[in-house]
Amino acid sequence: MPNRRRFLKGAAAGAAALAAGTKPAAAQQPANRRAVTAPSASALAEETGPVSPSVEVLTADRPGSDFMVDVLKSLGFEYICANPGSSFRGLHESIVNYGGNKAPELITCCHEEQSVAMADGYAKIEGKPLAVMAHSTVGLQHASMAIYNAYAGRSPAYIILGNTIDATARRPGVEWYHSAQDAVAMVRDYSKWDDLPISLPHFAESAIRAYQIALTPPYGPVLLVADSDLQETPVAPDLRLRIPKLTLSSPPAGDMAAVNEVAKLLVAAENPVLLADRAVRTADGMKLLVELAEVLQAPVVGGKFPSHHPLNQAGGRGLIANADVIVGMEVPDLWGSINTVRDQLHRSVQTFAKPGTKVISISAANLDIKSNYQSFQRYPETDISIAADAEATLPYLIEACRRLITGDRKRALEERGKKLAAAHEQGMERARAEATYGWDSTPISTARLSAEIWDVVRDKDWSLVGGAPSRLWNVDTVYRTAGGGGAAGVGYSAPGSVGAALANRKYGRFSVAIQTDGDLMYAPGALWTAAHHRIPLMSVMHNNRAYHQEVMHIQRMANRHQRGITNAGIGTTITDPNIDYATIARGMGVHGEGPITDPKDLGPALRRAMAVVLRGEPALVDVVTQPR
Amino acid sequence: MNHMRKLVLLALPAILAAQTPNAQNGKKIFDGYGCYQCHDHDGHGGAGARLAPNPIPFPAFSKYVRQPTGEMPPYTKKVVTDQELQDIYAYLQSIPQPTPAKNIPILNK
Repeated sequence: MPNRRRFLKGAAAGAAALAAGTKPAAAQQPANRRAVTAPSASALAEETGPVSPSVEVLTADRPGSDFMVDVLKSLGFEYICANPGSSFRGLHESIVNYGGNKAPELITCCHEEQSVAMADGYAKIEGKPLAVMAHSTVGLQHASMAIYNAYAGRSPAYIILGNTIDATARRPGVEWYHSAQDAVAMVRDYSKWDDLPISLPHFAESAIRAYQIALTPPYGPVLLVADSDLQETPVAPDLRLRIPKLTLSSPPAGDMAAVNEVAKLLVAAENPVLLADRAVRTADGMKLLVELAEVLQAPVVGGKFPSHHPLNQAGGRGLIANADVIVGMEVPDLWGSINTVRDQLHRSVQTFAKPGTKVISISAANLDIKSNYQSFQRYPETDISIAADAEATLPYLIEACRRLITGDRKRALEERGKKLAAAHEQGMERARAEATYGWDSTPISTARLSAEIWDVVRDKDWSLVGGAPSRLWNVDTVYRTAGGGGAAGVGYSAPGSVGAALANRKYGRFSVAIQTDGDLMYAPGALWTAAHHRIPLMSVMHNNRAYHQEVMHIQRMANRHQRGITNAGIGTTITDPNIDYATIARGMGVHGEGPITDPKDLGPALRRAMAVVLRGEPALVDVVTQPR
Repeated sequence: MNHMRKLVLLALPAILAAQTPNAQNGKKIFDGYGCYQCHDHDGHGGAGARLAPNPIPFPAFSKYVRQPTGEMPPYTKKVVTDQELQDIYAYLQSIPQPTPAKNIPILNK
């Protein structure tokens, strides 16, 4: 590896320029400067004497980091998120100066967890990675939870990690704390691929490879270590650099023999159920899923399936109990979709599916699986398991089903479709009726919160970038929802929604997030980033003033032990003082309103916030809500 | 009036009060004992089932609270007395019917 210190020592190039710029010390002093002591004889000699051929060269025209920027530009990154860190200072400077701070544009973040969560949220909308720079040991430690979320959620974050490998090149003290022998080791269990390039050609090749790997299903976060010497050392004039061509891999589709078997079972089934969880990656994927459901007149549970489509069925447990064929498509926890474990003193398994039900899995998850972190969930017993990307398999499965459907069968399927459509309508009516309970309650019910937000955004080209919609929302295309953190790590939602809103910005979409209070307190700096970079986003707080899941866990323990059932709030609630989120937002340059406690005040507050967001700025409305 | 009869008459209001379910106290317990955590402050349901309005009959309600068959943690007599349970039930009975959906404009767009 080249060493910038050795490269500079003794170099004579540039000495002439130094000499030309040298002026007598007295001539450089401002006229009004007082009480300046005369330079010593040695200092005077150093300043005015002839330039030694061994003088240090202190400037460079083309550092390695400029080439790194060329590589990043070739990959089409729109943005690069970073909290500044000295281990990538070379690359940082090249991005903003050499690269003109465009494609990628540097997005200032207040925490590395925020940077990676923003990348995760961005990818959920845009379908491609956002670049992140992180600072060696401590920066990666901050980023690690968000990387785990991205890994478990199959999100393609692209992380460039500064580090200084050469121990003799490190400055004493902090640079040693902020260097590691194998920096990525701590996240290797939950990232898809990483490399430590030791030359610029190596960097280019690995950067392209990393991008390709991140975007080959199953997607996942990748890391590239950018050694600080490699960034800061000038490119040798005789070094020929080129950027390899990027070709994205076509996603793996299912083996046709297995796909035909699945089609046979599905077409013959009386009560099939399609579990769609992460089956849809793209807008085309959503169309394909609709096509499969309509060909089979089969109910779809979960995933990105149009919410008002007659075959969209809530209450999946009842359908599963009645199913004779269940197809899980990119379902991270297929076992948990069919079974549950009661959280009582003696944990017992309850199975919903009846004996003899055929269970099928189509998932790319097994193509990239690791041992340590248990995000792969419990082993599901299946009758057919296809290790392939579900979306890529859908065209073949649709075609195979079409071939098998006779005229008689088609009529039978249509009859089933009518019943499902009626059940869907009943479900919608039920959802409307359910929303009325607690309609005027204080704290505000979550159903009222959701209905009021929906009323505000329904006429916009909206995108719910944080939280989940109620059944009343018309989720009709793929970017309407972004989903949450893949590993349920708290702290994702606030920065993730800002990242997703950043992706939505260029399309003019109205981004809205239902933001929980505990989550916001992990990385509230994301609000500042939204204000600083003019990222339009309406965050509506679901503020139940607690880490409420944990309140319930402590309550469960107290009940189990038959003691202290009034103490579950100790260590779990966020009160005394209540946090004023509107003030926090305003303090970061975001329009803030609230706390809203009267449901009648909610609609008008949301409309005021909407006006701000439509101007291209972020806004936050703090709403004090019922727990769930 | 003999001594014993006088004592019984004097204690009667307290005895009656102990047996009459108290909805106001029920609301206090509903919040204090953590029922609200899963069922929301008005018993409308959240992580747990909707309890009100029209709660299930008291015997079934009481049986489930003491020995739940689902995910709910058990509330034994040691932590919630029978009287307190009756108070909670009285509170749930006192919760009014919601406004019908057809009368809420934003639910009908």
